[in-house]
Amino acid sequence: MSTVDEPVGPEIPPEELSEEAARKAELAVPASLVAGSASEYLRSSLTRIRAGEAGVLPVIGGLIVVSILFQSLNSHFLTAQNLVNLLIQAAVFALLGMGEVFVLLLGEIDLSIGYVAGMGAVIMADAAGPAHGWPWYAAIALALLACAGIGLIQGLIITQIGLPSFVVTLAGLLFWQGVMLKILGNGGTIPINDTVINDIASNNLSNAASWVVMVVIVGAFAVLAWRRDAKRRAAGLVAPPPTITLLKIAIAAAAGVGLVILCTVNRGIIEPISGVPWVVLLVLGVLGAWSFLLGRMQVGRYVYAIGGSAEAARRAGINVSAIRTLAFTLTGLTAGIAGIVYASRLRSISTTLDGGTLVLYAVAAAVIGGTSLMGGRGQALHGVLGGIVIAAIYNGMGLMGYGAPAQYMVTALVLLAAVTIDATTHRGRTTT
Amino acid sequence: MSAASNDTPLLRLRGISKSFGAVQALTDVDLDVRAGEVTALLGDNGAGKSVLIKTVAGIHSPDHGEIEWEGKPVRVRTPRDAAALGIETVYQDLALCNNLDIVENMFLGRERTKGFVLDEEQMETAAQETLSSLAVTTVRSIRQPVASLSGGQRQSVAIAKSVLWNAKLVIMDEPTAALGVAQTRMVLDLVRRLADRGHAALIISHNMNDVFEVADRLAVLYLGKMVAVRPASEMDRQIAVDLMTTGASSRQSAAAQNGEGG
Repeated sequence: MSTVDEPVGPEIPPEELSEEAARKAELAVPASLVAGSASEYLRSSLTRIRAGEAGVLPVIGGLIVVSILFQSLNSHFLTAQNLVNLLIQAAVFALLGMGEVFVLLLGEIDLSIGYVAGMGAVIMADAAGPAHGWPWYAAIALALLACAGIGLIQGLIITQIGLPSFVVTLAGLLFWQGVMLKILGNGGTIPINDTVINDIASNNLSNAASWVVMVVIVGAFAVLAWRRDAKRRAAGLVAPPPTITLLKIAIAAAAGVGLVILCTVNRGIIEPISGVPWVVLLVLGVLGAWSFLLGRMQVGRYVYAIGGSAEAARRAGINVSAIRTLAFTLTGLTAGIAGIVYASRLRSISTTLDGGTLVLYAVAAAVIGGTSLMGGRGQALHGVLGGIVIAAIYNGMGLMGYGAPAQYMVTALVLLAAVTIDATTHRGRTTT
Repeated sequence: MSAASNDTPLLRLRGISKSFGAVQALTDVDLDVRAGEVTALLGDNGAGKSVLIKTVAGIHSPDHGEIEWEGKPVRVRTPRDAAALGIETVYQDLALCNNLDIVENMFLGRERTKGFVLDEEQMETAAQETLSSLAVTTVRSIRQPVASLSGGQRQSVAIAKSVLWNAKLVIMDEPTAALGVAQTRMVLDLVRRLADRGHAALIISHNMNDVFEVADRLAVLYLGKMVAVRPASEMDRQIAVDLMTTGASSRQSAAAQNGEGG
């Protein structure tokens, strides 16, 4: 008969000791939780990377490959001017990708977000336009509210009637395209004259402000990261060694400095233009908010739980319908932000908005970034990284004079490669 | 054995009947479940075992009969009612999310928060304490996803989850189904420890080896009727099989016959 204080050694069942099981266990544990020293940490990370648990490394590696390729074909690719332009181009893809991550995490899909973004754009342009003359903040608030409302309605139809999200949002794709065309009417174009709205995608922080903002953001990250790891160490929990925490902070600082150096180079042709674009800050802000919601808040935890097993989540007392509806609402809201950036960049909105292609880029961005189509695995960051990859292809192919046909084909191949990586590295990871 | 035989049983069922349309699933079932004991519920397929535990877990409500909890009559209408009383059910394979880690699973639906933010340190510490108090120590890190655990480890995590939530009664439906020998051992040890710590455990199992190894008391259902509730020492395999298949047994227990085996 066993008691509580029985020695625990002999309880390890033989199958736990097999090499295969040991390898699996090694992979399953994030390096930060088992390593006592920095070198151990790096070794543990390397083991995971070799076995395909590489996190965002494949997409960053892919980005480097794409950059080298385009740079060798056209030396203009890696100039500050082009890279900043690329980041601005990436904003719409990144925002749509982040929106799609919410529903992909549930194992659902939202095909409507391209035209939901279009709805956001036309509603904002119309409200701020001469017909109504609303101030910019009211027009933006109305557009975001409307897009969140569209997401809410679609979410309610999916959860309350119990229809597949694929079909409901496919209907949404058609319906909102129709509504958008109806609002645009015969003219087909609504110009935007409000300077604040146009500045979102085309104005920049001053060079000084760029540095200040970067220092504040990196400083905040450093304090939070350090405090978080220190708290774990203080609580006696396994935490990454301090050198690793410092290394992470150093990488973040280097990325911040690099970005600001890139953006503060004069990229104007006629008159000087420099500074971090507003839209880059906007994307970072949305990324921070959604990462916080998914990673640190209860609702985020529930989104992952439902994606992993809706039945287990239900039995744990989670209101599955409410969380799913909320996810579709947040997807709609994020699409609205993307629509505003889209319109701001064009300084108008017209019937040329192709929501069908945009939604496919959104799904592609999330998946290329590393989010699983099967649900339960993904991050807001994946949408951003995937969005940058798509923008890099779009931008690089454009520089070389290839048109849409070649861009579509190359993006398709990258998407296929990303899904293949996802499917092969994670196959057989689940033991059941 | 820890025969914590209090006067009032933790859970007392009296005259429980339940029918689904024309099918009488349970007829006038009586059962006492005591703290500090493992009670095994036996019965052939369709004998009403699952209906009975679902009645206790708040998934079905009985047509007739009374449920007493710690001596007081109660109504268990929903799983939430059951959880509020201290009844937790460990379902086969349905209890855990593969993509979440052990801590996340153990606190799923009842996370601790500080303001808007999840209090990860507090949850991890509490989960760690519960797991080590139950000697569930084969997991490498409690931050590893449940997908990477063996079947026995997963079952152990699910059981530890109920302990974390201060379950007085833990109901387990086939806790060792589909497990290998060593893993079955691990789960049975855990069930035993649960009872030794003063929890009541109610398990359904088809595996006679498991039942006789871990149970203090056996309850046999036959066609929806409770045909025997006896201490495990007064039963043997053959009697149990007789009761399960025919509802009666004329044999003497092996113990009573001084060790003639079954």
